[in-house]
Amino acid sequence: MSFMHKFLGATAALSFSAVTAIAEPAVIYDLGGKFDKSFNESSFNGATRWKTDNNSDFKDIELQSDAQREQVLRRFAEAGHNPIVMAGFMFGTALSVVAPEYPDTKFAIIDMVVDAPNVRSVVYNEHEGSYLVGMMAAEASESGTVGFIGGMDIPLIRKFACGYVQGVKAVNPDATIIQNMTGTTPAAWNDPVKGSELTKAQIAQGADVIYAAAGGTGVGVLQTAADENILSIGVDSNQNYMHSGKVLTSMLKRVDNAVYNAFKQGADLETGIHVGGISNAGISVAVDEHNEALLTDKMMAATYKAALDISTGQLSVHNYMADNSCPVE
Amino acid sequence: MQKIPQWADVILVPLISLLLAAIISALVILAIGQDPLEAIKLMVIGALGSTYGWGYTLYYATNFIFTGLAVSVAFHAKLFNIGGEGQAMIGGLGVAIAALYIPFPHWSIALLVCTCSAAIFGALWGYLPAILQAKRGSHIVITTIMFNFIAAGLLNYVLVNVMRPPKSMDPATALFPPTTHLPTLHDMLLPLGINFSRTAPANITLIIALIAALFVWLLIWKTRLGYSIRSFGQSGSAAKYAGINPVKITVITMLVSGGLAGMMSINTTMGEAERLILNAPEGAGFIGIAVALMGRSHPFGVVLASLLFGFLYQGGAELSMWMAIPRELIVVIQALVILFTGALDNMVRMPIEAFFSAIRKSEGAK
Repeated sequence: MSFMHKFLGATAALSFSAVTAIAEPAVIYDLGGKFDKSFNESSFNGATRWKTDNNSDFKDIELQSDAQREQVLRRFAEAGHNPIVMAGFMFGTALSVVAPEYPDTKFAIIDMVVDAPNVRSVVYNEHEGSYLVGMMAAEASESGTVGFIGGMDIPLIRKFACGYVQGVKAVNPDATIIQNMTGTTPAAWNDPVKGSELTKAQIAQGADVIYAAAGGTGVGVLQTAADENILSIGVDSNQNYMHSGKVLTSMLKRVDNAVYNAFKQGADLETGIHVGGISNAGISVAVDEHNEALLTDKMMAATYKAALDISTGQLSVHNYMADNSCPVE
Repeated sequence: MQKIPQWADVILVPLISLLLAAIISALVILAIGQDPLEAIKLMVIGALGSTYGWGYTLYYATNFIFTGLAVSVAFHAKLFNIGGEGQAMIGGLGVAIAALYIPFPHWSIALLVCTCSAAIFGALWGYLPAILQAKRGSHIVITTIMFNFIAAGLLNYVLVNVMRPPKSMDPATALFPPTTHLPTLHDMLLPLGINFSRTAPANITLIIALIAALFVWLLIWKTRLGYSIRSFGQSGSAAKYAGINPVKITVITMLVSGGLAGMMSINTTMGEAERLILNAPEGAGFIGIAVALMGRSHPFGVVLASLLFGFLYQGGAELSMWMAIPRELIVVIQALVILFTGALDNMVRMPIEAFFSAIRKSEGAK
């Protein structure tokens, strides 16, 4: 009996200690892991920037399995974390179940639309950014063959690929584009060795610019491209610095800003759908001291014009996910 | 004569192994600057201190019971089935097809039909490596592990191109209709006056897992077929001499094994996610190998080992939620337990054997 008593006491103490951390915002990373140099790291950076700016703390967790999604969402909501930001479309179903259970907690989901009154959905026009880097790849390529390495073979990554192919073909209609996906399971987000092998295979087929849209796997792509002395294109975060002078550019998806803004608005998070694209700088291409030397005036003039045309609506890039097909290969 | 008493074999050896694993894990936690006592407290309370914790522990344990039994059955015929992962994936496909395309009036019928469908699909995925092993001598370890990749590829194709609802990003099927939703432990225990956690995913599949464990025990030790399986495992040539058809036994064993692994997907697909997702087994097929080793391929041992691994999974999740312990380290802790209880078994067993024989000698001298 006394054992049971102690036991319950300990449980109460635990739940109490959890509740004292009230109103801290929280961010949940997807299976790729916090330091994937890409998507998840971008959200981590946004959260960290908020932390330094506001001198306060946030809670974060890296998931280990799919079954943990609902679990972590509920536990964080119960512990009083608000808002709770999650990076990745895979949270969609879990959030649509959990969000109505905690109407007083605000949630923000990136890359997915969840229709609930307490959810902010942040999605991006990745096809637009991929189009621009595709144009740059075609300009930079000497062999006329460029590569694309995706992470897990899912519609979202095909959306990247399709935008990229359209951009390449816009500059060089005869270009060959070699496309590979790293894998069919979520492990494909975090497999730099496979990324490296695919890069070597694409180089052997003549590719001299390779775009990696593969989360942590891209680290291996960029590394091998630099080792083999060809150009690569990073994704999500600015990855130009990783191999200065070897990374042509990075397709920026400002996930960090989405996390930062959600944290900044705190419990008063504005809900609804927010689309990040070229027009509102949610999507852009990275230009900094690491890649300046690689960019030619002709390349940049064409890219800026396309960017302008996309944001004014004069140029429309086909979105793979609108009809699950791509007009060009 | 037995070297050590049975209680020592069944309880003392695993307990000391666990203790050693816990000590090393504590040192590792200390090395990254966290408090090991707090970590252990958090794990125990998080996994066993509330009905919420139990709900997750039992949910994971249910998975491991199925895959552990699958590996055990094959072990008895000396077949090393490491394809539980793929068989469970394809089993999930069986569940999804039945749950989505058959209009069930009630969950009980849905459970029955989906269980059969999962078992049939899992068994079929075990059948191909079995026939290759039995007829062509292709080694089952190689073929089953390769079939895991084929299963992953097939599932990916089906989910991305065929079963994914239009406009959905997630490579997953639509949600199953409400009549196929299984009662959770909360629903089952409420009439008994027990208010079990509403959000925990443990469900009626746990009962099916326990029935499966009983079924495996009956099959292996109480039937003619089980006797044939065991004799074939002890010595293939002797079994053949005794008139046991090796092709038949290999195929039947793998059908049972694959069927059990496939049934795991009832728990994950129908009980938890209520739709088929990619990678639904999440490594449970491989954990099943450790569970079977630890449980000495006996159904009762498998159930106990499954509980332990369920505890490690849920306790590990709590650790990563409330302490600054990275998820990689949680895998290290889980691996240490597997290492000590599975691979380093003799390290603990030999000193204990020496200890008991010393006692016996001194008793004999009196």
